[in-house]
Amino acid sequence: MKPEPIPPIIRVEPSRGWVSLKLGELWNYRELLYFLTWRDVKVKYKQTLLGVAWAIIQPFFTMVVFTLFFGKLAKMPSDGIPYPIFSFTALVPWTFFSNALSQASNSLVGSANLIKRVYFPRLAIPLASVLTGAVDFFFAFAVLIGMMLYFGIVPTVNILWLPLLLSLVVVISLGVSLWLSALNVQFRDVRYVIPFLTQVWLFATPIVYPSSLLKEPWRIIYGLNPMAGVVEGFRWALLGAKTAPGPMILVSAAAACLVLVSGALYFRRMEKTFADVV
Amino acid sequence: MNDIAIKAAGLGKKFRIGRSTSSYRTLRDTLSDGLLAPFRRVRGLIGGRASGSAGAREEIWALRDIGFEVEAGEAVGVIGRNGAGKSTLLKVLSRITEPTEGFAEIRGSVSSLLEVGTGFHLELTGRENIYLNGAILGMTRDHIRRRFDEIVDFAEVEKFIDTPVKHYSSGMYLRLAFAVAAHLDPDILIVDEVLAVGDARFHKKCLNKMQDAGQTGRTVIFVSHSMPAITRLCKRAILVEDGRMLADGPSHKVVNQYLNGGCETAASRDWPDPARAPGSDLARLRGVRVITEGGAVTDAVDVSQTFGIEMEFDVLEPRNVLMPYHHVFNQQHIEIFDAHDTDAAWRGRPRPRGRYRSTVWIPGNLLAEGTLFISSGLTRTDAAASRPEFHEQDVISIQVVENIDNERSARGDWSRDMGGVVRPLFRWDTRFIPYSMQVCSL
Repeated sequence: MKPEPIPPIIRVEPSRGWVSLKLGELWNYRELLYFLTWRDVKVKYKQTLLGVAWAIIQPFFTMVVFTLFFGKLAKMPSDGIPYPIFSFTALVPWTFFSNALSQASNSLVGSANLIKRVYFPRLAIPLASVLTGAVDFFFAFAVLIGMMLYFGIVPTVNILWLPLLLSLVVVISLGVSLWLSALNVQFRDVRYVIPFLTQVWLFATPIVYPSSLLKEPWRIIYGLNPMAGVVEGFRWALLGAKTAPGPMILVSAAAACLVLVSGALYFRRMEKTFADVV
Repeated sequence: MNDIAIKAAGLGKKFRIGRSTSSYRTLRDTLSDGLLAPFRRVRGLIGGRASGSAGAREEIWALRDIGFEVEAGEAVGVIGRNGAGKSTLLKVLSRITEPTEGFAEIRGSVSSLLEVGTGFHLELTGRENIYLNGAILGMTRDHIRRRFDEIVDFAEVEKFIDTPVKHYSSGMYLRLAFAVAAHLDPDILIVDEVLAVGDARFHKKCLNKMQDAGQTGRTVIFVSHSMPAITRLCKRAILVEDGRMLADGPSHKVVNQYLNGGCETAASRDWPDPARAPGSDLARLRGVRVITEGGAVTDAVDVSQTFGIEMEFDVLEPRNVLMPYHHVFNQQHIEIFDAHDTDAAWRGRPRPRGRYRSTVWIPGNLLAEGTLFISSGLTRTDAAASRPEFHEQDVISIQVVENIDNERSARGDWSRDMGGVVRPLFRWDTRFIPYSMQVCSL
């Protein structure tokens, strides 16, 4: 026998009350997280004709439609920015968010077989689903850069805030996904709610219109929809939109963190019943 | 190595089976439950029910009061009928589901194989699935990379390693799945019925691998419906019924108890009190037991081992010609053979009073695996005896077991269950006639 440190003792017992998040354990399983994400990415566009092109087609054509109907016909204001890029800049984070929602909310139910057979931190499943969208995001982002070149828009120094804004999108997506995926295990109604929810949320977020339509302090309160802050943040950081989101984005960030923490706690609390219920 | 690897105490798991039609709930159920609960409670109180619980939701204990300790390096079999709680026990031990009460302490890394190929994705290639499945089972990427060639070798799928597994034959798929699982190196391995994969040759390979696991100091918990596999791989077994532990002991004894439905027939039987001993005025039975060639009393013998059935009896009246005999049945109560005493020393000779001990030697490589029930008796052969002096039905039982790598057995390279009530080791001859020779002789 090789000289080994005393192996850790795992204690299997009923958990009581609110449980800890056990993030350390999730870290130990980071390779599993990597492989689950890698699997989803690999499988996503297998046996599709256009493959990864879908990552671009989806937001791009939405932008075309929005530009036609809202930009040209409805003459929606766009803070002095050309409407196509005004809406596309918002659609890039939004597509990430809405895809994460639809993928992740079904992820636990879709992995029922795994959950019933193997132990691992269940958080890895929705987390992998959310991260899978990152690949699509980067393709769409490349198109965004191309459009910025086309419209001759030079980003300001505000672009330094972009990483923070990106992590904010991930925080929101993950938070909402944790809630929905755990709820979906208990209540299969969730999957019928998702398309409706994303549609309503799309129009509740300043994607086809600017948030500057609202007067302060309503605009700040609007930040309670965390995606509102993100979308305006993207426009501000990349396009140099004059209406700096300022306090609005702080409200959004706070709301996002609240969703994530509550989602994670709820998830952990329901986790122990997953194998029995799913 | 007397470290305790697993210690379980008072483990219990409760399930609610009120809504057996759907395991998950719809929002409507919850909402209507929540809204109607007060009314139901009122109705319940009016109806005279003390506790107005919302609906008669039945609870069942899938497991209750499970307590045992497993030493590091021990292989323990878990047996029981379908639905007895075996799988739930494994799920609790491997942390897939939480117990409702009690606790278990597990020392060391655990891998559970409740199914082969968990998490395999049909669209991915064999290579990709090895990494994915390995990660799911808890291997690190380094570990998989190091054992990759071994895994592919074991599964015998070299040629198809970069083909999506959806194009695999079911045999290849299972082989690959088992191969990944077989190359885990946990301290504790929890296995549920995964041995039934692949063809005979691969099956043997799997069993050997499992046995290796046991021999390299790994703790193994193994659930199976194959009693021969249990007795082959595990020295100790636990019998679970209705969620409770019914027995815990040497596997052949526990298997015996399980197969005999609880009414255990011992491997040896003695009547120390002559007044209670079965028999007539002429002779009395004093004991029956199974012994090894070395003379030790045993309750399990290997298929290839010679063993003796020993009968001890008192002759109370002299001048009678007596013949001891045994009838041997298997667990389906098919009579396999009768053994009549042919010992020349006493054949046709009247016996003086006294104690006799007759042993019949059953050669190795005669009987198949399984439980044997032995009925023993004594009869007069000098007179037209209407009935034996004594005849005890199913007086003892014994397990015939088989070690997996028993080179001397009639099993050959076949590792799954074999048919037949006997298993003689025959001589086989093979003459090879090349095709060219056949053509020439035409």
